[in-house]
Amino acid sequence: MKREALTIGFAVLVAALAGSVLIWSIGQSPLEVYGLLLERTWGSSYGIGQVLFKTTPLILTGLAVSVAFKVGLFNIGAEGQLAAGSFVTAICGATLPESLPGPIAVALCVLAGMLAGAGLAGLAGVLKTRYGAHEVINTIMLNFIISAVLLWAGNAQFFVHYTTHTRTISDNASLHDLGITGSAANTSLLLALGLAAAVAYFFSRTRRGFEWRAVGHNPRAAQNGGVQLAGVVIGAMATSGSLAGAVGANYVLGYKHYYEQGIGSGDGFMGIAVALLGRNHPAGIVVAALLMGTLSHGGLGVADLVPKELVKILQAIIILTVAGAAAYRGRAVKNAKAAGPVKRLHDPDAERDAAEREHG
Amino acid sequence: MPDVGSSVAGSSPALELRKISKTYGAVAANRDVSLKVERQSIHALVGENGAGKSTLMKIAYGNARADAGEVWIKGERIARHSVSQSIARGIGMVHQHFMLVGTLTVVENVVLGQEPRWAGLVDLPRAASEIRALSQKFGLDVDPDVRVEDLSVGQQQRVEIVKVLWRGCDVVILDEPTAVLTPAEVRDLFTVLRGLVTDGMTVVLITHKLDEVLAVATRVTVMRRGERVAEYAIQGLTAETIVHAMVGRPVQQHLDKQPASFGEPMLEVRDLHVTGARGIPAVRGVDLVVRAGEILGIAGVEGNGQTELVEAIVGLRSVDRGAVSIAGKPITFEPVAHRYRAGLGHVPEDRHDRALVLDYSIQDNLILGQQRDFVGSFDILDRARVREHADRLIREFDIRPPDPSHLVSGMSGGNQQKLVVARELSRRALSVLICAQPTRGVDIGAIEAIHRRMIEARDRGMAVLLLSAELGELRSLSDRLAVLYKGQIVATLDQDQLLADDVLDKVGAMMTGAWNRDAGGGTKDARR
Repeated sequence: MKREALTIGFAVLVAALAGSVLIWSIGQSPLEVYGLLLERTWGSSYGIGQVLFKTTPLILTGLAVSVAFKVGLFNIGAEGQLAAGSFVTAICGATLPESLPGPIAVALCVLAGMLAGAGLAGLAGVLKTRYGAHEVINTIMLNFIISAVLLWAGNAQFFVHYTTHTRTISDNASLHDLGITGSAANTSLLLALGLAAAVAYFFSRTRRGFEWRAVGHNPRAAQNGGVQLAGVVIGAMATSGSLAGAVGANYVLGYKHYYEQGIGSGDGFMGIAVALLGRNHPAGIVVAALLMGTLSHGGLGVADLVPKELVKILQAIIILTVAGAAAYRGRAVKNAKAAGPVKRLHDPDAERDAAEREHG
Repeated sequence: MPDVGSSVAGSSPALELRKISKTYGAVAANRDVSLKVERQSIHALVGENGAGKSTLMKIAYGNARADAGEVWIKGERIARHSVSQSIARGIGMVHQHFMLVGTLTVVENVVLGQEPRWAGLVDLPRAASEIRALSQKFGLDVDPDVRVEDLSVGQQQRVEIVKVLWRGCDVVILDEPTAVLTPAEVRDLFTVLRGLVTDGMTVVLITHKLDEVLAVATRVTVMRRGERVAEYAIQGLTAETIVHAMVGRPVQQHLDKQPASFGEPMLEVRDLHVTGARGIPAVRGVDLVVRAGEILGIAGVEGNGQTELVEAIVGLRSVDRGAVSIAGKPITFEPVAHRYRAGLGHVPEDRHDRALVLDYSIQDNLILGQQRDFVGSFDILDRARVREHADRLIREFDIRPPDPSHLVSGMSGGNQQKLVVARELSRRALSVLICAQPTRGVDIGAIEAIHRRMIEARDRGMAVLLLSAELGELRSLSDRLAVLYKGQIVATLDQDQLLADDVLDKVGAMMTGAWNRDAGGGTKDARR
């Protein structure tokens, strides 16, 4: 864990240095830009609130991608799943009777969104297990399909006339804001944190989590251990999609109060980066989401000094550095494993054996 | 100091290693190892898995670089040499895993990387005639024009030897050359090796099979834990002496085994047909019964349907036709988990492929396949019981390191295999145990322990199905032995037939389809 934090710290440093060169080359002062970036984010309560607002969906999509990663699957359809989830959440919020108690209304709306995401990703899982179609292809194609379907359904039925957004949800289905002066941060942050804890608990403590991780590490051994691979693939994809589908809580229930075409777009893909930075661990994902959330909001803050692409470049450098460090460490870990038991346990047999396996 | 390199080049050793040390990370794979291979000798290098034999030969061949020490080839010191330099100086190596392209012909494989040119074109006809000449000279029986994928494993190995000879090497290093061969093929190989030596070449043989050392080698060097512990001339040498040097203590070579007392049929396979990975029928009508309290061995050259037979019994591969039952309960179409509940246990043929999650701890691997037996309320794993289970099995089976949270990837092969055997034997309802290659790549100490456990299981009334490539292992463990050839059981030998002196030759012949079963090789039916 400590080493992971160091890696991210190092990556941020590398990005900052490279960014400095870019900023300097367009005639601005790096110190001034970075200073402003920090001031506009963590320098005021409004800034902090906006960072948290941006962080919330990234936690959810990061978790979504990581759950799939853990079982050896690559869900790059979080983008479409969160769109479907937000849409259904909004429809649900606008349809539920006003008389329903708040918590129940919110729970129903969130659940409906999660189900929509789960259905979409689960479909990709079914396509994989039944027809052998690769989930990367399935999920990315479903992104396009769902985006078109939502636009069509919205225009045909759900959008307010001459707009691309749905009706406003009823008050009882709305989420409270966190009371941070004027910011959009709302209680869905707590939902995201709760789900992060739940994912961590699931993988580390439950029998099913044990089996899912085993599938991720060695599906053939898991199968031999009585795990039904098809069930796990579909289940994991559905779980992954449900986490992305919960994003609607932030944008729809907590902020806009309606679904709008393009809402939350980009967060799904950013989730891949967040999962990577967070090393697929929920705690790491929360930290990584905060980092990316800070940069996203900070980018707006410095937009009058540097082009908004600067922040994207910084994010990209951070991701590349972390990915590179992971690959580098993967090699180091392999070497260390060969030598592993010796230092700790003085079992020279095991060491030599491992060394021979590794190199011979 | 005299200049060894030039003055006595004619009589200098073919290959000499002086005080070679090599560490991988914190692991010393070789420590101060010296080795002198005289010209025109067959020098065997023996030792358990992980003793450092392969590392040493890789250093000699230029595949790995020593941290300290010197490599001398024919009286010339070679520093920081590469494989191509080794070949240029006449050192060639035949690897355990062949380096052949199946879709190319023999001659294409042989010239690959060193193609003879004629007018800008690859001169295959010339190479082919050279190969024919070599083949004839050394009795290799290699046809340069056939495709490698159409050759048997033994023939492919001879292609590897031709490759080395064609490149002009006169020192041939063979790494575990007999691991994949039948007894008859082994004998042919030895004839070839002796022929090479007669013709002035030198052979280095890496192996851990002592009978082969005694049969073919002229000298033997024994390695243990990265060090050279002994060297002997073969004349007058006994296997016991070598084993003692290899493991550092006397080892019981023969197993104490009481005659089996058969009980009820526990595993029944009827007319089983299974399709293999490439859509080809792999198991073609197998009938077999294993009764409580007996070990039924299955002999066969790899790829004759063993893998598919086991996968069908365990439920990892679907059955085309036929039936499987465990303890009288039909399970042909049950999911894997149900079969375990019905009494099955399974030691897979490749522990890294099917048995273990290498990134899991010892304790987690010890419950893999039984995870449902270790849950408390709400499907949550009862960590205390998992730990207890691990502590108990680690103690009982002497699994090292004795730390339940240690990652399996950092264990030796022998200990990994002990873990798998321990886990399968710990199953609650166990009545049928399938052991596929249970001691493959495992050191002698662990082999002994695993064999003892299998016999104990049998004596407790388990039905054991043993599939192995080691005929010696099959002979000493099996109460009955069935031979699988091209997906069918071609013969079954009972206890008395197993005791016959020539049984291994006979079984070896059956494994290659060369045995006429009507001539009295036992019965085809493995039912009893």
